[in-house]
Amino acid sequence: MLSPYCDSPANSLVCKEWVIKMNEILNINGISKKYGDLVVLDNLSLKVKSGEVVVIVGPSGCGKSTLLRCINALEIIDDGEVALDGKAINPHDKNLSKVREKIGMVFQSYELFPHKTILQNLVLAPVRVKKMNRKEAEKEALHLLERVGLLSKKDNYPRQLSGGQKQRVAIVRALMMNPEILLMDEITAALDPEMVREVLEVVLDLAKEGRTMIIVTHELQFAKAAADRMVFIDGGRIIEEGEPKEFFENPKTERLKKFLHSFTYE
Amino acid sequence: MGFEVLLKGNNMIRLLGGLAAALKISLISVCISLIMGTVFGSLMNDRHPLIKKILRAYLEIVRIMPQLVLLFIAYFGTTKALGVNISAEAASIIVFSFWGSAEMADLVRGALSGISPAQYESSLALGLTYHQTLVYIIIPQIIRRMLPLSINLITRMIKTTSLIMMIGIVEVLKVGQQIIEANRKNYPNAAFGIYFTVFVLYFAVCWPISRLSRYLEKKWEA
Ligand SMILES: Nc1ncnc2c1ncn2[C@@H]1O[C@H](COP(=O)(O)OP(=O)(O)OP(=O)(O)O)[C@@H](O)[C@H]1O
Ligand SMILES: [Mg+2]
Repeated sequence: MLSPYCDSPANSLVCKEWVIKMNEILNINGISKKYGDLVVLDNLSLKVKSGEVVVIVGPSGCGKSTLLRCINALEIIDDGEVALDGKAINPHDKNLSKVREKIGMVFQSYELFPHKTILQNLVLAPVRVKKMNRKEAEKEALHLLERVGLLSKKDNYPRQLSGGQKQRVAIVRALMMNPEILLMDEITAALDPEMVREVLEVVLDLAKEGRTMIIVTHELQFAKAAADRMVFIDGGRIIEEGEPKEFFENPKTERLKKFLHSFTYE
Repeated sequence: MGFEVLLKGNNMIRLLGGLAAALKISLISVCISLIMGTVFGSLMNDRHPLIKKILRAYLEIVRIMPQLVLLFIAYFGTTKALGVNISAEAASIIVFSFWGSAEMADLVRGALSGISPAQYESSLALGLTYHQTLVYIIIPQIIRRMLPLSINLITRMIKTTSLIMMIGIVEVLKVGQQIIEANRKNYPNAAFGIYFTVFVLYFAVCWPISRLSRYLEKKWEA
């Protein structure tokens, strides 16, 4: 769903405006999720427009990962509905994989396939799921690898890469399916500090080119730079949301104030 | 040195025939063990707590019992207790499969539990179906993890077939003893030559198999 202007950074502003004008592509409507007696998501609603970057923050255990996993039906919601392009996602649908194709996901632990080379990791889904021509898929993969500076690693195995390199490959793997929306769950949390930047820069790039993303992170500086909209979740509910500037400089709720404060040292 | 006796009559052919008898039993048992082991192993998880308990007990029993005891139970025991008469060959296949299936199940279980749930999830999230996930992501990883260990088990099974002469099967070691007995007068040194040949025969069978496993291990590690 990208505009034709979106391939060069010079056009990124035009591009962004073009895309944001489009309607929402993801509609999370009053979803709830329980594990036994523990309510993890509590009647939570969130809409994401095309081209928008939504960054979610919140204390550990507040349900951020669960929320992302409910979106592509890795977890089954107890109540409510998730709709992509106006169509409700049914976790029991035989064609669930067709919907998941359109929702890219990047995991904290990379989850590259250890028995396949980097190139094989990248072309597997396009070839097997999208029935893309292998040669074409490889061309696309090499192009994207070059973009993230990993062309030389194409024939290596995942275990031969550093954490930051693996995570960049994992992002490229998700991009290979050209998803409508990307979900990223604390993708730098397992990385050594010096590798965080190389990964976040790739994500910022994607944000600039108008990718629709939901990003869960503890990197507040990065959140500020990447987000079109910030969302603060606590206890399975959205407590506060808004533009990044307002959100960080003028938090309205006590809970967000306290949360943001917990990141500062005096 | 006692090797001359091999050239006498059809002694060498007889030895090879004994080897073939042993290999036939191990081959059949290995095939059964691979199939049953895969079935049992994929059931040995927390989704099937009762089956898991039963299979654990089964594995423990197999590990505690010497194979020879199992052979005697299967061959002599069944005749006495159940009144059925099974051939020595059938008894051996039963015992070796009973043993191999348990060990193989444990290998499959170990390989399966070593694959994190997130591997399934990252594959599903890419839009692969569950079936595709098994075929392209999970099973290749399981085979890679299991192959060296299962080959080790297979060579152990082949070697252990030397026990089946105890229930009257004329396998390679038994043939060797017969030859030594028959030639005690003319070739007093036959024992060394014959047993050495038996050693070479076992080596010739097991060595290529373990080389193969080493090769695959290396290749997949690259
Ligand atoms: N499979 C599960 N079974 C039971 N409880 C679970 C399960 N998965 C998550 N939970 C619980 O649900 C709550 C929310 O978990 P979740 O992983 O969504 O939190 P999070 O906001 O992502 O936290 P973190 O910042 O630590 O990653 C936690 O209390 C967690 O213990
Ligand atoms: Mg989490």
